[in-house]
Amino acid sequence: MNFLQQDVPIDWYLLLSAALFSLGVVGFLIKRNLITVFMSIELMLNAVNLSFVAFAQQWHAVKGQIFVFFVMMVAAAEAAVGLAIIIAVFRVRATLAVDRIDRMKL
Amino acid sequence: MHLVLFAIFAALCLAGAINLLVQSHPINSALSLIVVMTSLAVLYLLLGAEFLAIAQIIVYAGAVMVLFTFVVMLLNAGREERTYGSHAAKIVGFPAVAVFLAVIATVLLRAQGLGAAHLGEGLNAAKSLGAANDSSNLVVLSQVLFHELLLPFEVTSVLILIAILGAVALARHEGAERTAEK
Repeated sequence: MNFLQQDVPIDWYLLLSAALFSLGVVGFLIKRNLITVFMSIELMLNAVNLSFVAFAQQWHAVKGQIFVFFVMMVAAAEAAVGLAIIIAVFRVRATLAVDRIDRMKL
Repeated sequence: MHLVLFAIFAALCLAGAINLLVQSHPINSALSLIVVMTSLAVLYLLLGAEFLAIAQIIVYAGAVMVLFTFVVMLLNAGREERTYGSHAAKIVGFPAVAVFLAVIATVLLRAQGLGAAHLGEGLNAAKSLGAANDSSNLVVLSQVLFHELLLPFEVTSVLILIAILGAVALARHEGAERTAEK
Protein backbone atom coordinates (compact mmCIF):
# COMPACT_ATOMS: atom_id res chain seq x y z
CA MET A 1 0.00 0.00 0.00
CA ASN A 2 2.64 2.44 1.07
CA PHE A 3 5.98 1.03 0.09
CA LEU A 4 7.90 3.83 1.73
CA GLN A 5 6.34 2.92 5.04
CA GLN A 6 8.76 0.07 5.74
CA ASP A 7 11.62 2.34 6.63
CA VAL A 8 10.39 4.09 9.75
CA PRO A 9 8.94 1.95 12.52
CA ILE A 10 5.66 3.19 13.95
CA ASP A 11 7.30 3.36 17.40
CA TRP A 12 9.17 6.47 16.40
CA TYR A 13 5.98 8.28 15.54
CA LEU A 14 4.55 7.23 18.90
CA LEU A 15 7.65 8.43 20.72
CA LEU A 16 7.49 11.75 18.86
CA SER A 17 3.84 12.02 19.81
CA ALA A 18 4.65 11.32 23.47
CA ALA A 19 7.43 13.91 23.42
CA LEU A 20 5.16 16.54 21.85
CA PHE A 21 2.44 15.80 24.41
CA SER A 22 4.93 16.16 27.26
CA LEU A 23 6.16 19.46 25.85
CA GLY A 24 2.54 20.59 25.67
CA VAL A 25 2.01 19.67 29.30
CA VAL A 26 5.18 21.52 30.29
CA GLY A 27 4.05 24.58 28.35
CA PHE A 28 0.64 24.43 29.95
CA LEU A 29 2.26 24.42 33.37
CA ILE A 30 5.11 26.91 32.99
CA LYS A 31 3.78 29.51 30.58
CA ARG A 32 2.35 32.61 32.18
CA ASN A 33 0.46 34.07 29.24
CA LEU A 34 -3.14 33.03 28.70
CA ILE A 35 -2.77 32.76 24.92
CA THR A 36 0.40 30.69 25.17
CA VAL A 37 -1.25 28.35 27.65
CA PHE A 38 -4.02 27.89 25.09
CA MET A 39 -1.43 27.19 22.40
CA SER A 40 0.04 24.45 24.59
CA ILE A 41 -3.39 22.82 24.69
CA GLU A 42 -3.44 22.87 20.89
CA LEU A 43 0.01 21.28 20.90
CA MET A 44 -1.27 18.44 23.08
CA LEU A 45 -4.25 17.92 20.77
CA ASN A 46 -1.88 17.70 17.82
CA ALA A 47 0.32 15.18 19.59
CA VAL A 48 -2.68 12.96 20.24
CA ASN A 49 -3.73 13.33 16.60
CA LEU A 50 -0.30 12.14 15.51
CA SER A 51 -0.60 8.97 17.59
CA PHE A 52 -4.11 8.41 16.17
CA VAL A 53 -2.80 8.62 12.62
CA ALA A 54 0.17 6.38 13.43
CA PHE A 55 -2.09 3.70 14.91
CA ALA A 56 -4.51 4.02 12.00
CA GLN A 57 -1.65 3.46 9.60
CA GLN A 58 -0.35 0.48 11.52
CA TRP A 59 -3.68 -1.32 11.82
CA HIS A 60 -4.97 -0.21 8.43
CA ALA A 61 -8.03 1.18 10.16
CA VAL A 62 -9.47 4.25 8.50
CA LYS A 63 -11.60 4.99 11.58
CA GLY A 64 -8.56 6.40 13.34
CA GLN A 65 -8.14 9.01 10.65
CA ILE A 66 -11.81 9.89 10.86
CA PHE A 67 -11.41 10.34 14.58
CA VAL A 68 -8.57 12.77 13.89
CA PHE A 69 -10.84 14.61 11.47
CA PHE A 70 -13.47 15.04 14.18
CA VAL A 71 -10.84 16.08 16.71
CA MET A 72 -9.69 18.76 14.25
CA MET A 73 -13.19 20.11 13.79
CA VAL A 74 -13.92 20.18 17.49
CA ALA A 75 -10.53 21.78 18.14
CA ALA A 76 -11.32 24.52 15.63
CA ALA A 77 -14.61 25.22 17.42
CA GLU A 78 -12.82 25.11 20.75
CA ALA A 79 -10.18 27.57 19.55
CA ALA A 80 -12.82 30.03 18.35
CA VAL A 81 -14.76 29.93 21.63
CA GLY A 82 -11.62 29.92 23.77
CA LEU A 83 -10.14 32.94 22.04
CA ALA A 84 -13.46 34.76 22.36
CA ILE A 85 -13.37 34.03 26.09
CA ILE A 86 -9.78 35.31 26.23
CA ILE A 87 -10.88 38.54 24.53
CA ALA A 88 -13.75 38.91 26.99
CA VAL A 89 -11.41 38.28 29.95
CA PHE A 90 -8.90 40.79 28.61
CA ARG A 91 -11.64 43.37 28.25
CA VAL A 92 -12.55 43.04 31.92
CA ARG A 93 -9.11 42.48 33.45
CA ALA A 94 -6.85 44.31 31.00
CA THR A 95 -4.20 41.62 31.46
CA LEU A 96 -3.28 38.26 30.02
CA ALA A 97 -1.07 37.08 32.88
CA VAL A 98 -2.62 33.98 34.37
CA ASP A 99 -1.36 34.87 37.83
CA ARG A 100 -3.55 37.96 37.86
CA ILE A 101 -6.60 36.18 36.55
CA ASP A 102 -7.27 34.25 39.71
CA ARG A 103 -10.87 35.05 40.50
CA MET A 104 -13.96 33.95 38.64
CA LYS A 105 -16.08 36.87 39.78
CA LEU A 106 -15.51 40.25 38.25
CA MET B 1 13.89 8.66 1.73
CA HIS B 2 11.07 8.14 4.14
CA LEU B 3 13.49 7.97 7.04
CA VAL B 4 15.23 11.18 6.00
CA LEU B 5 11.93 13.05 5.69
CA PHE B 6 10.80 11.70 9.04
CA ALA B 7 14.06 12.77 10.71
CA ILE B 8 13.90 16.27 9.24
CA PHE B 9 10.30 16.96 10.10
CA ALA B 10 10.34 15.26 13.48
CA ALA B 11 13.31 17.45 14.38
CA LEU B 12 11.45 20.52 13.10
CA CYS B 13 8.44 19.50 15.14
CA LEU B 14 10.40 19.10 18.36
CA ALA B 15 12.38 22.28 17.72
CA GLY B 16 9.17 24.22 17.17
CA ALA B 17 7.60 22.82 20.30
CA ILE B 18 10.67 23.66 22.39
CA ASN B 19 10.82 27.12 20.83
CA LEU B 20 7.17 27.59 21.81
CA LEU B 21 8.20 27.04 25.42
CA VAL B 22 11.30 29.22 25.54
CA GLN B 23 9.99 32.24 23.64
CA SER B 24 8.58 34.88 25.92
CA HIS B 25 6.63 36.77 23.29
CA PRO B 26 3.29 35.16 22.32
CA ILE B 27 3.65 35.97 18.63
CA ASN B 28 6.91 33.99 18.48
CA SER B 29 5.19 31.10 20.20
CA ALA B 30 2.36 31.27 17.67
CA LEU B 31 4.77 31.20 14.74
CA SER B 32 6.66 28.23 16.14
CA LEU B 33 3.35 26.45 16.67
CA ILE B 34 2.66 26.99 12.96
CA VAL B 35 6.01 25.30 12.23
CA VAL B 36 4.98 22.36 14.43
CA MET B 37 1.63 21.98 12.71
CA THR B 38 3.02 22.21 9.19
CA SER B 39 5.68 19.60 9.89
CA LEU B 40 2.99 17.41 11.48
CA ALA B 41 1.11 17.69 8.19
CA VAL B 42 4.18 16.32 6.40
CA LEU B 43 4.35 13.48 8.92
CA TYR B 44 0.69 12.70 8.17
CA LEU B 45 1.62 12.51 4.51
CA LEU B 46 4.38 10.06 5.36
CA LEU B 47 1.84 8.00 7.29
CA GLY B 48 -0.39 7.82 4.24
CA ALA B 49 -3.07 10.22 5.45
CA GLU B 50 -3.20 12.71 2.59
CA PHE B 51 -6.59 14.14 3.44
CA LEU B 52 -5.62 14.77 7.04
CA ALA B 53 -2.37 16.42 5.94
CA ILE B 54 -4.26 18.93 3.81
CA ALA B 55 -6.89 19.40 6.49
CA GLN B 56 -4.14 19.95 9.03
CA ILE B 57 -2.63 22.71 6.92
CA ILE B 58 -5.96 24.36 6.10
CA VAL B 59 -7.66 24.03 9.47
CA TYR B 60 -4.80 24.21 11.94
CA ALA B 61 -1.92 26.03 10.28
CA GLY B 62 -4.40 28.18 8.40
CA ALA B 63 -7.59 28.95 10.28
CA VAL B 64 -6.78 28.27 13.90
CA MET B 65 -3.34 29.84 13.89
CA VAL B 66 -4.56 32.89 11.99
CA LEU B 67 -7.13 33.25 14.76
CA PHE B 68 -4.36 32.95 17.34
CA THR B 69 -2.06 35.50 15.74
CA PHE B 70 -5.02 37.80 15.18
CA VAL B 71 -5.94 37.68 18.86
CA VAL B 72 -2.31 38.20 19.90
CA MET B 73 -2.15 41.31 17.73
CA LEU B 74 -5.62 42.51 18.72
CA LEU B 75 -4.88 42.32 22.41
CA ASN B 76 -1.39 43.73 21.86
CA ALA B 77 0.03 41.01 24.05
CA GLY B 78 3.52 41.93 25.15
CA ARG B 79 6.24 39.86 26.71
CA GLU B 80 4.99 37.58 29.39
CA GLU B 81 6.02 38.25 32.91
CA ARG B 82 8.28 35.64 34.36
CA THR B 83 7.22 34.38 37.70
CA TYR B 84 9.64 32.32 39.64
CA GLY B 85 8.13 29.37 41.39
CA SER B 86 9.38 27.60 44.43
CA HIS B 87 12.64 25.66 44.46
CA ALA B 88 10.75 22.43 44.91
CA ALA B 89 8.95 22.98 41.62
CA LYS B 90 12.28 23.38 39.81
CA ILE B 91 13.84 20.34 41.44
CA VAL B 92 10.83 18.10 40.97
CA GLY B 93 9.80 19.48 37.60
CA PHE B 94 12.35 17.90 35.25
CA PRO B 95 12.22 14.40 36.74
CA ALA B 96 8.43 14.63 36.78
CA VAL B 97 8.35 15.50 33.08
CA ALA B 98 10.81 12.69 32.33
CA VAL B 99 8.66 10.21 34.26
CA PHE B 100 5.53 11.49 32.50
CA LEU B 101 7.15 11.07 29.09
CA ALA B 102 8.35 7.58 30.02
CA VAL B 103 4.90 6.55 31.17
CA ILE B 104 3.17 7.81 28.02
CA ALA B 105 5.79 6.25 25.77
CA THR B 106 5.55 2.92 27.57
CA VAL B 107 1.78 2.87 27.39
CA LEU B 108 1.77 3.78 23.71
CA LEU B 109 4.42 1.24 22.77
CA ARG B 110 2.70 -1.46 24.80
CA ALA B 111 -0.61 -0.63 23.14
CA GLN B 112 1.14 -0.93 19.81
CA GLY B 113 2.49 -4.38 20.69
CA LEU B 114 -0.92 -5.48 21.97
CA GLY B 115 -2.55 -4.35 18.77
CA ALA B 116 -0.24 -6.44 16.64
CA ALA B 117 -1.01 -9.49 18.73
CA HIS B 118 -4.73 -8.96 19.17
CA LEU B 119 -5.77 -7.62 15.85
CA GLY B 120 -3.90 -10.16 13.78
CA GLU B 121 -6.96 -11.46 11.98
CA GLY B 122 -8.57 -8.07 11.59
CA LEU B 123 -5.32 -6.75 10.21
CA ASN B 124 -5.14 -9.44 7.58
CA ALA B 125 -8.79 -8.87 6.68
CA ALA B 126 -8.18 -5.15 6.36
CA LYS B 127 -5.09 -5.81 4.24
CA SER B 128 -6.97 -8.05 1.85
CA LEU B 129 -9.77 -5.48 1.74
CA GLY B 130 -7.28 -2.76 0.93
CA ALA B 131 -5.70 -4.93 -1.74
CA ALA B 132 -9.11 -5.73 -3.20
CA ASN B 133 -10.33 -2.24 -3.84
CA ASP B 134 -6.81 -0.79 -4.14
CA SER B 135 -8.26 2.69 -4.05
CA SER B 136 -6.74 5.70 -2.42
CA ASN B 137 -7.09 6.37 1.23
CA LEU B 138 -9.37 9.31 0.51
CA VAL B 139 -12.00 7.13 -1.17
CA VAL B 140 -12.20 4.73 1.78
CA LEU B 141 -12.24 7.59 4.24
CA SER B 142 -15.05 9.45 2.52
CA GLN B 143 -17.10 6.28 2.16
CA VAL B 144 -16.93 5.65 5.90
CA LEU B 145 -17.39 9.31 6.76
CA PHE B 146 -20.43 9.95 4.60
CA HIS B 147 -22.18 6.59 4.93
CA GLU B 148 -21.59 5.20 8.39
CA LEU B 149 -20.79 8.42 10.20
CA LEU B 150 -23.05 10.86 8.41
CA LEU B 151 -25.00 11.77 11.55
CA PRO B 152 -21.91 12.58 13.68
CA PHE B 153 -20.59 14.62 10.76
CA GLU B 154 -23.75 16.70 10.58
CA VAL B 155 -23.84 17.04 14.37
CA THR B 156 -20.30 18.38 14.22
CA SER B 157 -21.31 20.96 11.66
CA VAL B 158 -24.08 22.10 14.01
CA LEU B 159 -21.49 22.21 16.79
CA ILE B 160 -19.29 24.48 14.71
CA LEU B 161 -22.26 26.72 13.96
CA ILE B 162 -23.00 26.97 17.69
CA ALA B 163 -19.32 27.70 18.35
CA ILE B 164 -19.37 30.54 15.81
CA LEU B 165 -22.46 32.06 17.42
CA GLY B 166 -20.95 31.62 20.87
CA ALA B 167 -17.68 33.23 19.82
CA VAL B 168 -19.49 36.21 18.32
CA ALA B 169 -21.70 36.58 21.39
CA LEU B 170 -18.71 36.35 23.74
CA ALA B 171 -16.36 38.63 21.87
CA ARG B 172 -18.85 41.30 20.97
CA HIS B 173 -18.35 44.54 22.79
CA GLU B 174 -21.24 45.02 25.20
CA GLY B 175 -21.23 48.77 25.03
CA ALA B 176 -21.08 48.92 21.24
CA GLU B 177 -24.75 48.72 20.45
CA ARG B 178 -25.68 50.93 23.37
CA THR B 179 -23.54 53.73 22.05
CA ALA B 180 -24.94 53.04 18.59
CA GLU B 181 -28.48 53.47 19.93
CA LYS B 182 -27.62 56.77 21.50
